[in-house]
Amino acid sequence: MLNSSLRQLGSALRARKISSVELTQLYLDRITALNPALNAFVTTNAETSLAQARRADALLAGGKAQPLTGIPIAQKDIFCAKGWRTTCGSKMLENFIAPYDAHVIEQFNNAGAVNLGKTNMDEFAMGSSNETSHFGAVKNPWDMTRVPGGSSGGTAAAVAARLCAAATGTDTGGSIRQPAALCGISGLKPTYGVVSRYGMIAFASSLDQAGPMARSAEDLALLLNVMAGFDERDSTSLQRDKEDYARELNKQVGGDKPLNGLRIGLPKEFFAAGMGSDVAKAVEAAITAYKKLGATIVDISLPNSRLSVPVYYVLAPAEASSNLSRFDGVRYGYRAPEYADLTEMYEKSRAQGFGAEVKRRIMIGTYVLSHGYYDAYYLQAQKIRRLIAQDFTDAFKQCDVIMGPTAPSTAFKFGEKGDDPVQMYLSDIYTIAVNLAGLPGMSIPCGFGDNAMPVGLQIIGNYFAEAQMLNVAHQFQLATDHHDRAPQNIGLQGS
Amino acid sequence: MSLTTADVRKVARLARLAINETEIETARAQLSGIFDLIAEMQAVDTKGIAPMSHAQDLSQRLREDVVSEADQRELFQSIAPQVEAGLYLVPQVIE
Repeated sequence: MLNSSLRQLGSALRARKISSVELTQLYLDRITALNPALNAFVTTNAETSLAQARRADALLAGGKAQPLTGIPIAQKDIFCAKGWRTTCGSKMLENFIAPYDAHVIEQFNNAGAVNLGKTNMDEFAMGSSNETSHFGAVKNPWDMTRVPGGSSGGTAAAVAARLCAAATGTDTGGSIRQPAALCGISGLKPTYGVVSRYGMIAFASSLDQAGPMARSAEDLALLLNVMAGFDERDSTSLQRDKEDYARELNKQVGGDKPLNGLRIGLPKEFFAAGMGSDVAKAVEAAITAYKKLGATIVDISLPNSRLSVPVYYVLAPAEASSNLSRFDGVRYGYRAPEYADLTEMYEKSRAQGFGAEVKRRIMIGTYVLSHGYYDAYYLQAQKIRRLIAQDFTDAFKQCDVIMGPTAPSTAFKFGEKGDDPVQMYLSDIYTIAVNLAGLPGMSIPCGFGDNAMPVGLQIIGNYFAEAQMLNVAHQFQLATDHHDRAPQNIGLQGS
Repeated sequence: MSLTTADVRKVARLARLAINETEIETARAQLSGIFDLIAEMQAVDTKGIAPMSHAQDLSQRLREDVVSEADQRELFQSIAPQVEAGLYLVPQVIE
């Protein structure tokens, strides 16, 4: 059951081979057993989850099931879920009970899925290792001395350790793809605007995008079918016809090979210095596998991608400093116990409620937006953002998808990046450009590097090409078994 | 780019973040490092390039000016740090 795909779980539930209550209890028991070591979940609520499971069982019994009805899904703790504690990994929201549902949560509820709990994350999604969480770092299930990546590290670890059937993440600069790569699972960041940001606690609004994280591309497609959709409450939500993201999974262009005619662009900038040799080896082996599946390789260039990290570290902190100004200790969230006046109440509440990385980014953002600096920083960054996006537009004239590494190295040790924030920021060097351009990007497992840690292959598609990317990933997963591998010591032996 | 401790103090005040003397020096060193990273951007010629704020270059949608929210005052105030008689309490700001 624990290694079943969402499609298989759905069939078993509809055939009444297992009930949603039984399946939910199975995962809750695994969380009880394994979470003290992994720290992947910050909140569970067995009663609420089991009540949802009972309602799902009624739907299943009545023949009213949808594909995900009765399936336990974990939610990144950035999504407000009514009645659930929603912390965003911060002391600021340690006791915040969300008074409403995010659009993503509503969509899962409407699909009859079970909310299994809230997963740990870097504070306000700012981090690449989960070390900035107020609730302590998540451990990588493949090696507990290593980071799971971030910011959706709790989700990535929970999926890899089979603590849930699948889960959600959000990605502002790589926060779905990088932890997916480091934990050996699959993750998809859709085109900006495909999934509503309503009720998803804001970090950098022009970049934030929610997406699914699971063990296979097929599972991702079923999840995205539920998550995607227009929502008038998000001003950047895109009005588009509803898509079936699973429609192209088994598409064959013709000929004897599944991916005949597929043109894969390899940006020379992604294969330059900086990538670990073990990562390079696994990614190159994946490219060779794609050639066997019928794909052809095109050498491309993204000349401005080297500017992604500096541009991102202007735009994202600027937007964050504005978004996080709402945390003032007045209407909700943390308030300092002692203060002399209103200004001191603001300053102490924010200084005590936010962690070091969040404060650092608020200060960068405040500086670049302060009087006299706007043109030199924010405006200049927005202009270069267009150049970065234009590079992709030019590249997609020559290829259908772009591939490369998701992260420069496999999972690193806790504390390894030390006190230098810049070293941590470079973990997202291959993922950030995709957010700046607003394109869809995904990471799928493509082998193992040094210390037997998983390596992720990044697949970047053109705008709204999610169904095609899922086809490209699914065909690889039909031909390989990297995505089926599971960590040791997560209690799978004999099950 | 090297920030001064006065820069850090000013930014912390603008951002409403209390900061003590030991934190200022750490913040100054770390922020200076980040601005060194950002500096690479300054040399790029962007004359004639339009700034990009949204991937699809969308304009904002408009909606009818009608009430769309139900009154949930009590629910929202139940999670506030301090309320009294239906009002959010803060330190006195008007003499």
